[in-house]
Amino acid sequence: MLNIKELLEDIKSNPYKEIIVRSPHTGTVEFAAGKSGDMVRGRAGTWGEKPGTLLAHLTREKNKKPIYAPEKGEIVNIRTELEGAFVEAGQELLTLRHYLTRKEVIERILKQALFLFRAPERAKYYFIPEVDQKLKVSGKRSVKVFEGMDMLIVSRMKRETPLAYSGPEGLIYSVYFHRGDNVDEGEPLLGVCPEDQLSTIQDVVARVQSEWEEDE
Amino acid sequence: MDREKRLLALRNRLAYVEDVFGPDGNDSIRVLKARAAEFLERLPHFPQADVEREFRRIEELLDFSEKKLEKELTPMDRVRIVRHPQRICLKDILENVYDNYSEIGGQGEYNIDPSVLIARAIISRRVGRRVVNQPVLVIGHEKGHGEEFRNGGSAKPWGNAKALHYMKVAETENIPIHTYVFTPGSYPVEDYPGAAQQIARNLYEMSALRVPVVAVFSEGGSGGAEAVALADRRIMLSHGYYSVISPEGAAAIEGRLRNGQRADSALVERCARQLAITAQDNVANGYVDRVVQEPPLGARPDHFEFFKTLRREILQATNEVVSSVKSMKLFRAMALSSRTHRKAALDPESIYVRWDLSNAARDRLLCKRYQRFRDMSHHAYRDNRTFMDKIRSGLEPLCWSLHSFVSYGLARGMRKRVRDLAEEVSAEAFLISERVVRPARKALSRFSGPDQPRAELGKRAKEALTRLSCPEEGACINGDSWVWMSGRAREDRAVSCPNARTHGCPDLWAPDLFSEFAGVCPCCGHHFSMEYEWYFYNVFNYAEAQEFNADIESGNPLEYEGFDAKIEQARKRTGRKSSCVTFETSLDGVQVVVASLIAPFRGGTVGAAEGEKFILAAERAQKKHYPFIAYVHGTAGIRIQEGVNGVIQMPRCTLAVRRYIDAGGLYLVIYDTNSYAGPVASFLGCSPYQFAIRSSNIGFAGPGVISETTGMPVPPNYHKAYQALSRGHVHGIWDRREIRKNLYQVLLTVGGRNLYYR
Repeated sequence: MLNIKELLEDIKSNPYKEIIVRSPHTGTVEFAAGKSGDMVRGRAGTWGEKPGTLLAHLTREKNKKPIYAPEKGEIVNIRTELEGAFVEAGQELLTLRHYLTRKEVIERILKQALFLFRAPERAKYYFIPEVDQKLKVSGKRSVKVFEGMDMLIVSRMKRETPLAYSGPEGLIYSVYFHRGDNVDEGEPLLGVCPEDQLSTIQDVVARVQSEWEEDE
Repeated sequence: MDREKRLLALRNRLAYVEDVFGPDGNDSIRVLKARAAEFLERLPHFPQADVEREFRRIEELLDFSEKKLEKELTPMDRVRIVRHPQRICLKDILENVYDNYSEIGGQGEYNIDPSVLIARAIISRRVGRRVVNQPVLVIGHEKGHGEEFRNGGSAKPWGNAKALHYMKVAETENIPIHTYVFTPGSYPVEDYPGAAQQIARNLYEMSALRVPVVAVFSEGGSGGAEAVALADRRIMLSHGYYSVISPEGAAAIEGRLRNGQRADSALVERCARQLAITAQDNVANGYVDRVVQEPPLGARPDHFEFFKTLRREILQATNEVVSSVKSMKLFRAMALSSRTHRKAALDPESIYVRWDLSNAARDRLLCKRYQRFRDMSHHAYRDNRTFMDKIRSGLEPLCWSLHSFVSYGLARGMRKRVRDLAEEVSAEAFLISERVVRPARKALSRFSGPDQPRAELGKRAKEALTRLSCPEEGACINGDSWVWMSGRAREDRAVSCPNARTHGCPDLWAPDLFSEFAGVCPCCGHHFSMEYEWYFYNVFNYAEAQEFNADIESGNPLEYEGFDAKIEQARKRTGRKSSCVTFETSLDGVQVVVASLIAPFRGGTVGAAEGEKFILAAERAQKKHYPFIAYVHGTAGIRIQEGVNGVIQMPRCTLAVRRYIDAGGLYLVIYDTNSYAGPVASFLGCSPYQFAIRSSNIGFAGPGVISETTGMPVPPNYHKAYQALSRGHVHGIWDRREIRKNLYQVLLTVGGRNLYYR
């Protein structure tokens, strides 16, 4: 069984994600970012159209290509000895230490603790009336689901078909769609957790929400 | 109560004067402010008997100051006047100039676009003993005295579409149209119908709108203004402006400002002065017919005398247009023209001209409209053609017309008869051969065995058709290597495809990419931009083409500071005299006229020279019955340094194109690299056949301007050709390597009835 508290402790003891920036191909390296300890930012903008901080240039066949920071973080190990040198593909250039955000921590915990039931096609989804009633009266964490249970109605282009749940048995922990909204294929519809872990997950998530300090 | 009203009016007038002269103001304003403050402070203590006198004194002082300040107005002050919430707006004009009106196409904010107002209005006047009601359709921008939902009179594409719809209604009802231009510019979004494409559609339809159109300019901001202002008479309010770009926009370009940085006010002032935007400038340049004098510091809603003047001018203008094309006019035409020449003549209210037109008069109206715009802006370019060239360019069209008349008119019928006869004869011969010769040959072959060479030939043809490659001959080269190669193909270096991150394209070696691959990434199909010469030589057979009017040169008509040097630099760099290159060429045996806008010359911007060359090319294609192709290697829009001389090319060229299309031609537009703004919003965007080369960008305004104007972030692929295709702005996307083939197919399959090869 998954020990969620242990998982959280693990994350707490090392709240970083180490990102190793490697040379995508051979070429001569010229570092553009400063020194170890400098902060860099990742790709930004509504469509990710603004590149992150420029880390280095890699020149091959007179073709100078920029290497940008993939995420926000701190430079911890920059291999300045490679400056001006010809490197092979996959050579480690520098390491970024990305401090996990609150959202990332919760996502990481839930990813391990929950089973995500995903949308099989782009459509509108509704709960069947019985489940809907139960959800409304006693809240979502009161609904127990099991393999093959009729649970949702898929509504698309005036065609409505029932959709049975498939996955491990448990309680609905979270519902990711809204009534009447179109859900894309592969998007999560429900998060299901084992019955005995419900209170622990709730507790841990609440703690992360309140206690996790984001590094701005 | 009266006192309160007067006080409010006084405060409004003061605030107006202060706003007009900007934050810096001047001494007269400071004195006026001090006097007004003193008056307001002392007002509660005045004895009742003195209040009237004191009010009159301060009002007289205001009148005097306004008159004095009027003389000090700079062009930028005029810009502030037209944008002021106290400025008259279209609703005021409808209330005060017309006798009755009904707003149509929406009311207030319950409107598809509240910034465009449309009304059916009535002008009533007494003719002898009876009252005549003359209906007109009023279309214009409504600023609504600063109402937020009016968007400052910035029309959205669907607002312009609404305007166009009602113009067609007026055409059906045979009533004149009065348009009022109160716009700082069009709202630059690409959502269907798209700012550029809709303006182009408006211009195209207005080019042949068969009713009189009179336009009144207050704030004429570039393309937004043109969408309703292609008119038979253009009147301008004395404090208005009509410009290619807002002075702030020009300053941002001049100062190379990015990301919404503000230009300093001195630069904005300088740009406003240099762009020649005032009513007087526009009259002097011939883009506006008359100026309506406004009261000092501009008309406000309580200037009722001004509305009377405006009514007279509008009546006069409409009468003039109608009587210039009507057959039955006689004394009234004389009376009207006498009023134009001598100020104190008959009041236009007393001259009654029916405003509906007969079919013949409508045709004359279109001819006059074309001629009117055709005659404009000739002063704004340098015509370096020799005297002989000019004579030839005058005589040649006559010869072409004569030649076309003989070969496609007179001889066509005869040729058709001969061809028909030949077809009949050959059908008869075929029948005889099938019935007589074939059985005889069959019988012979039965005796002599199968025909060896013929069988061998058939086998070879079959093999050629069914085999995919020719392995024994080594690499299968189809012999389609390019005639012209880019200089970049000689550089020994690798190039990255911009889609490498998403498509995983490997690096490309420049000599491969820019020669054999024709600048196309073999992995994802991204088209790297290529030089215009590549298309000229590889697609348009430029080596054998005949270029014409190369000596019509771009100039600096407004004597814009530093622009002479820039033009000279562009001339040296490209070896050309304007960004428009026009030539006659043959595409696989089909003769065509090509007009091309090339990006290396001032970004492919369009000024007076480019417009003139484009029109001459369209006229040439029409006279010779050739297809007309506009190849846009790249255009950044209208050349702002030429001011209205540039922007007037939008209606001018659209009129020429419309005339060409109506004459039964084929007008085809091909966009490459980046095509934006004015040209796309007029003579390019109006083509019924528009194609884009892959990886090109097409739009009205660039992403920076859109996010600055609308406050919305612009997705990175907003202007991509495929987006334009899905919005319905272009009709196909072509691979660069297949343009020639596609062009030939289009030449054969689309277009009007009057092409020489049809």
